[in-house]
Amino acid sequence: MKNTYVKFLISFLALASTPFILSLFHLNLLSEILILAIFALSLNVLVGFTGLVSLGHAAFFGVGAYTAALVAQHFSANLLATLGIAAFVSLLFAAIIGAFCMKVNGFYFLMLTLAFSQMIYSFIHQSTNLTGGSNGLSGIPKPEIGAFSFANPVLVFYLVLVIFMISYAVLRITVKSPYGQVLIGIRENETRVKSMGYNTSLYKYSAFIIAGVFGGVAGTLYTYFNGFIAPSDVYWTMSGTVLIMVLVGGSGTMLGPVLGSALIVILETIVSSYTSLWMLILGAVLIAFVVFFPKGMVGIGQSLYRRFTNKPSVVNEKKSRAA
Amino acid sequence: MRTDHILTISRVGKSFGGLHILKDISLEVKKGERIGIIGPNGAGKTTFFNLLTGDLEPSVGEIYHDGHNITKQPNYKRARNGIVRTFQKNNLLNELTVLENLLLVLQRKQGFGKVWYQLRNIKKYPRLYEEADELLKKWGLFYQRNAVIKNLSYGEQRQIEILLGVAMEPSILLLDEPTAGMSQSETDYIVNLLYKLPRDLTLMIIEHDLDIVFGLADRMVVLYDGGVLAEGEPEKVRADERVNKIYIGSGDELVC
Repeated sequence: MKNTYVKFLISFLALASTPFILSLFHLNLLSEILILAIFALSLNVLVGFTGLVSLGHAAFFGVGAYTAALVAQHFSANLLATLGIAAFVSLLFAAIIGAFCMKVNGFYFLMLTLAFSQMIYSFIHQSTNLTGGSNGLSGIPKPEIGAFSFANPVLVFYLVLVIFMISYAVLRITVKSPYGQVLIGIRENETRVKSMGYNTSLYKYSAFIIAGVFGGVAGTLYTYFNGFIAPSDVYWTMSGTVLIMVLVGGSGTMLGPVLGSALIVILETIVSSYTSLWMLILGAVLIAFVVFFPKGMVGIGQSLYRRFTNKPSVVNEKKSRAA
Repeated sequence: MRTDHILTISRVGKSFGGLHILKDISLEVKKGERIGIIGPNGAGKTTFFNLLTGDLEPSVGEIYHDGHNITKQPNYKRARNGIVRTFQKNNLLNELTVLENLLLVLQRKQGFGKVWYQLRNIKKYPRLYEEADELLKKWGLFYQRNAVIKNLSYGEQRQIEILLGVAMEPSILLLDEPTAGMSQSETDYIVNLLYKLPRDLTLMIIEHDLDIVFGLADRMVVLYDGGVLAEGEPEKVRADERVNKIYIGSGDELVC
């Protein structure tokens, strides 16, 4: 267990030293990766661990982002106020949407989450007075604590980094706990887990809310980072992108969504600077992963590891889920 | 309700649309009693189990457990209260290991199901692992502890199916064809296990192998066409002409 803390500390220090090494452009890229990694990690609680495939996760990202923006513009730019209220409003939305979505399974769950997120999108898109409609909200004040303002990108990066590390730790503890084991059980065979005496609906509902809250936190950070938010970030393509991040990285693992987020963001930035057909490339990447590496980047890493160490396959099969 | 009956089934029926699967079934089960349920295919045996476990809700009638009306209680609550089933077809968490399957059962029993927000890493609860290992050793499955379920033989999976049921320490265990699809030696092994189950555990067994069920049961219930055709001590049921007739009619000899 000591090992985990050491790894955690090394990752933190390595990331914390990047502002001294990277250019501002690359540092911003890293901030974006970490924000979307939180978003992907939150979706992974549903998709990877509980086995509920949602195509409406952008709803919570948008709710968090817009709430933070509105609070900052109209009430206070205080970090705790914007983040706290945004997380709470995301929780409320997740509780309401989840109550409906829990009634259905599989394909219907996917369609229902999509429908709810598109409702939220069209509300944001149409409510010009509140949300700025298709223009979005701009000139959002940077977050501050008392007199201290996160006014430059390096400070925003550190803020993002700290919240990323906390989110990662909280979600990791959640999925490794007895509670998380029940979620994995539900993913594998809900009927059996029910007959073991678990109220699976409650577990799924709580997982949905956890995912929603962290989705909202990611959205809030996105507002801090950009100082701008537009309805396109709530559109269903955003839900699709984050789902791709989870799948490409490796669903049901903790590292996967982070790697997926990094790959997609980097790919988008590099490819889109050469050609406007970057969606075409993204599609090809997704197809390649789904067909050849269904366990994602983490799966590739594990099979390489296996090849070099020749560990017995049973142990590795076990690891692919536990990582 | 009289409390010496652990389970009272009162005029229960189940219909799907116009199709009456079970009609007007009444049965009283004493604590520690072992009841064998037989009947031809389509008689409604598994549906009957589904009503008892709460996987289906009866269309009419009521079910009492320890004097409490559980007719509308959801299945997970009944499982917690001690009405536990095994499935006719292996219904395990196939991608997980034997140990992980068992831990899920044990963690709830040790209270993690109620306090679901207990958030330490599961590996920090050594008591869970000790109990799991103990059970696996007792059942001779310890060597498969870290094997993934889908890589086990059918017979081994069947044993784990039953082990998971027993590990819940139920007051009533419903076994749905525990030896279905097993070889003779595997069957013998399972039957041996069933004989070793504690005597105060109430058992209800659906079984096609009449040798097994007549040996094990204190009382037989014969279901036929959604109703109770005959009920009573094994010898009495074995001698019953109507029972013989349906079994000979369906090709099964009732000769033990």
